[in-house]
Amino acid sequence: MIRVKDLDKSFNDKKVLDNISVTFEAGKTNLIIGRSGSGKTVLIKSIVGLHEIDSGEIWFEDIPFNKLEFNDKKEIRKQMGMLFQGSALFDSLTVEQNVRFPLDMFTKKSPEEKAERVNFCLNRVDIINANKLFPSELSGGMKKRVAIARAISLNPKYLFCDEPNSGLDPITAILIDELIKELTEEYKMTTIVNTHDMNSVMKIGEKIVFIHEGVKCWEGTKEEILHSDCEILNDFVFANALAKQLKSSEKQK
Amino acid sequence: MINFLTQLGRYVLLLKKVFSIPEKPSIYYKQTMHEMNYLGINSIGIVTIISFFMGAVITLQTAYNTENPIYPTYLIGLGCRDSILLEFSSTIVALILAGKVGSNIASEIGTMRVTEQIDALEMMGVNSASYLILPKIIATFLFNPFLNLISIIVGIIGGWLAGTLTGVITSEDFIYGLQYAFIPYYVTYSMIKTVIFAFIITSVSAFHGYYVEGGSLEVGRASTKAVVYSSVMVLLFNVILTQLLLS
Repeated sequence: MIRVKDLDKSFNDKKVLDNISVTFEAGKTNLIIGRSGSGKTVLIKSIVGLHEIDSGEIWFEDIPFNKLEFNDKKEIRKQMGMLFQGSALFDSLTVEQNVRFPLDMFTKKSPEEKAERVNFCLNRVDIINANKLFPSELSGGMKKRVAIARAISLNPKYLFCDEPNSGLDPITAILIDELIKELTEEYKMTTIVNTHDMNSVMKIGEKIVFIHEGVKCWEGTKEEILHSDCEILNDFVFANALAKQLKSSEKQK
Repeated sequence: MINFLTQLGRYVLLLKKVFSIPEKPSIYYKQTMHEMNYLGINSIGIVTIISFFMGAVITLQTAYNTENPIYPTYLIGLGCRDSILLEFSSTIVALILAGKVGSNIASEIGTMRVTEQIDALEMMGVNSASYLILPKIIATFLFNPFLNLISIIVGIIGGWLAGTLTGVITSEDFIYGLQYAFIPYYVTYSMIKTVIFAFIITSVSAFHGYYVEGGSLEVGRASTKAVVYSSVMVLLFNVILTQLLLS
């Protein structure tokens, strides 16, 4: 479980997150949704400690993460995996070396054990015969899957995904969403996914938090999101033409 | 002034992060070997070419400026040796490397910053500054003295060839000039300057890359800044070191 309390974050006097309090549940796929520029990425990066917060608290179980020193944070970070928006694979390393990197850095496994783990993670995300390729030789969807393999290589307790299906075609996006959900259930991770894709919300969302202009406006489940009274949320959820038509026909009935 | 002090403070804080205890020394060793190849061995070509022509030009210019018969011709060899040892092989080669290696480091680290690769390292609990910058500093610190040595040798060969092939000096006179009044400390002086310049080029360029914000345009700007600032710092420290080491 991850708990955020009264979190504030500003950049150059511009408030980006305003008094955010939310609990992300263990073993579930928690979604942060909102328009581009609403503060989703800043929130997820603040939670993992990539941004220093102005005030508030971030708890991983019963550990006050934001109060820890750099070296103490390392121990928690070893339990985290993160999928970045642009995948953030290391350009100079091959697929295999990318996935092995956390194992090389933080474990004392033998080369054989590492190779076995790397192959297991790559197989798990359906990357076959690409061990020796460099990130520049992969498609967008493959990069995301390799990044997921790297994120799960240390068996993390917490998985963070920043716009996991941005820039992907709808079918690949669904595959990535399904993979995240499967892994969350399989490893009983606390997963937080940033997205503005309503397909993802309906497909994998278990707990959903809606952020608008840095303020948490709504939280609930995917069943509740369709019947919310929050106008800003409805504008977001039913933004596309098809959804609007469905909503108005439902009202007429 | 405030901006300058802010940048200086950030630079010092970055260095503090760079010189903290490595997570896993064996990985750093591998990285250092990789950087030696990438930043050092790959620079041998350009250092050799520049040093050869530099030595040739120094010899020819010394010859044309000492045509008076009261100057013995072996002074051309002596002038070539001392110019290369005292200034050219360390300072000029450092300026060339500031262009080649400096822009390379700034753009590599800058690209890693804007594509979130540095965030990915931090996220895993890796000290990204140390992991990315320390191996580069160690590699240039250890390898640049070899580049300097290559530059000295090739520069003198270039001078000897230019002098003898154009007929401005005989081979015997040039070699006599090379040996005449030789002060071995000049080699030490040249090496001290080289390692300090190596540190300046690597750390200043890495600093500009590490703190890039934005996209590819900013990476390009950081790369230019890295070359300009490290070149200026090399020239400034050249004056300081010359005063400290030769006075």
